Amino acid sequence: MSGAAMEAGRTLAMGQDEALGGGRRSVEAPFGRALARLGHSHPDIVGLTADLGKYTDILPFRDAFPDRFFNVGMAEQNLVAVAAGLARTGKVPFATTYGVFATRRAYDFVAIALAHSNLNVKIVAGLPGLTTGYGGTHQAIEDLALMRMIPGLTIIDPCDATEIEAATTAIAEHRGPVYIRLLRGSVPVVFEPGYRFEIGKARRLREGSDVGIISTGFMTERALDAAEALHKQGISAGVLHVPTIKPFDAEAVAEFAASVSHIVTAENHVVVGGLASLVVESLFDAGLLKTVTRIGLPDRYIECGAVPTLQAKYGLTTEAVIATIAALG
Amino acid sequence: MLRNSPPGSADIGALERKARRLRRHMLTMARGQGQGYIGQGLGIADALAALYFHELRYDPHNPAWPDRDRFLLSTGHYSIALWAALAEAGIIPVEELVTYGADSSRLEMSTLDTTPGVEMIGGSLGHGMGQGVGQALGLRIDRSDARVFVELSDGEMQEGSTWEAAMSASHFKLDGLVALIDCNGIQADGPVVLDMEPVADKWRAFGWETFEIDGNDMTAVVGALAGARQRNGKPKAIVLRTLPGKGVPRIETSEKSHFFRIDVAQWDGIIAEFEKSAGAQP
Repeated sequence: MSGAAMEAGRTLAMGQDEALGGGRRSVEAPFGRALARLGHSHPDIVGLTADLGKYTDILPFRDAFPDRFFNVGMAEQNLVAVAAGLARTGKVPFATTYGVFATRRAYDFVAIALAHSNLNVKIVAGLPGLTTGYGGTHQAIEDLALMRMIPGLTIIDPCDATEIEAATTAIAEHRGPVYIRLLRGSVPVVFEPGYRFEIGKARRLREGSDVGIISTGFMTERALDAAEALHKQGISAGVLHVPTIKPFDAEAVAEFAASVSHIVTAENHVVVGGLASLVVESLFDAGLLKTVTRIGLPDRYIECGAVPTLQAKYGLTTEAVIATIAALG
Repeated sequence: MLRNSPPGSADIGALERKARRLRRHMLTMARGQGQGYIGQGLGIADALAALYFHELRYDPHNPAWPDRDRFLLSTGHYSIALWAALAEAGIIPVEELVTYGADSSRLEMSTLDTTPGVEMIGGSLGHGMGQGVGQALGLRIDRSDARVFVELSDGEMQEGSTWEAAMSASHFKLDGLVALIDCNGIQADGPVVLDMEPVADKWRAFGWETFEIDGNDMTAVVGALAGARQRNGKPKAIVLRTLPGKGVPRIETSEKSHFFRIDVAQWDGIIAEFEKSAGAQP
């Protein structure tokens, strides 16, 4: 967590570093840089935004390819509809806005205009879960649950800058509609350069026999740090990172769950309908009925406040993961 | 019609005959299914005849030809009219029309995009204009001079997404985009649930070059389409004043013209009435 922001005790402004790292190296605008690079080798890629270009890191692409970039103004339904039309002419649109607007506001368009026709559009959704202090209007705490229900939609919740870059390339080359959660600004680097991202594949990042942490998004960073700290306390915790929410790697989850005594899920999302639900459903299907301890946001709207304060209050910190696992006994 | 240049002078009589053929197809489909959005279909038949047999550039043997002009039917429930036009244009077989609305038929009562010649799924209203904007932008990137025609209805203008799209079309100066607004004065809950007038002024205020015509007057329809061909930096809106059920007096005057469900014997009466009013004309 950022000590400076904590000391200041203020709500971070939009556009500031809100996906907080733990003193790690970070990369500025990994999505926008990756997209700008891809633009050279993929002339069909077009960029779109709905008056949030500055705040969704897509400006490097706009600057490199001004003729392939469109800002449709504050109109998220139109953002998705225009992207659908572009896809029908063979383009590969990357449309950015905040997660709350891409989901709650444009849901019918994502479902019918995009997914029903399996169009090749990538929705890039800023401010996932609790990465802004702007309260319920801006915190996309239920986006994974909403998007999961849309048939044929691929859903990705990356952990760090390395994975954002890799996933941006992967979805550009994947044919079909994708929803990806965007960590923006100065994004921590957790994974080494050799880290491989593959759509639909979970990755076992750490072995452990006592507890198995199944995590997605930035919670994997917390899970890895917690596992390291727990190791010093004599608790062996494994970590399975599940960056693709759909299609869900149920096989890897079942295999991982079978190898540990306790299962803990960790997600930057409400504990209803997201990773925790997916894990429980997949374990039920596999006949593995184990207790699952869920770390995630409660089923309620979150208030305004400083991001570090809110993340600490709602348990999205390394310390909270350590405490939860230590309490399992 | 496979063309590479703007159409020449129209044969109004021939287009009126095409419109009658479309209406005849629609009545046959509605009789087979016993129901349908026949009022809307009959009302827009003249515009579809003018589009498919005079204005649009397409290859019936290659419906996905990249340089085709696009026709997006935003009101998916008007599918009965689109199936008639696609059949008459040679994109789908005329014999298939009898399957309209039947189980496992691809000629659904609301369009899906799995049938050749269909450019979008149009059942959820307010989707067409935005998708038309996107297609027009894509064609511009490709330096194609193909145009995009989007049909929408007066009731559909109540969906706010229509206006989001209208704003963006003029902002992007999409002069190859043409809106065909079917103003028939009916919607699901009855005539004009919300007053949408003045329709033409609204589009003009959003930066569109606007034409307002009798949508059942073939000469006027052809004239407005010709006017909409100029590439002057503005998208075009053609406000079509249409009569629901046009060509069949019993439907024209029906209070339930939004959705028409009657028995087969009554359909036979309606078809006889249509043939009588059309005279011995083809």
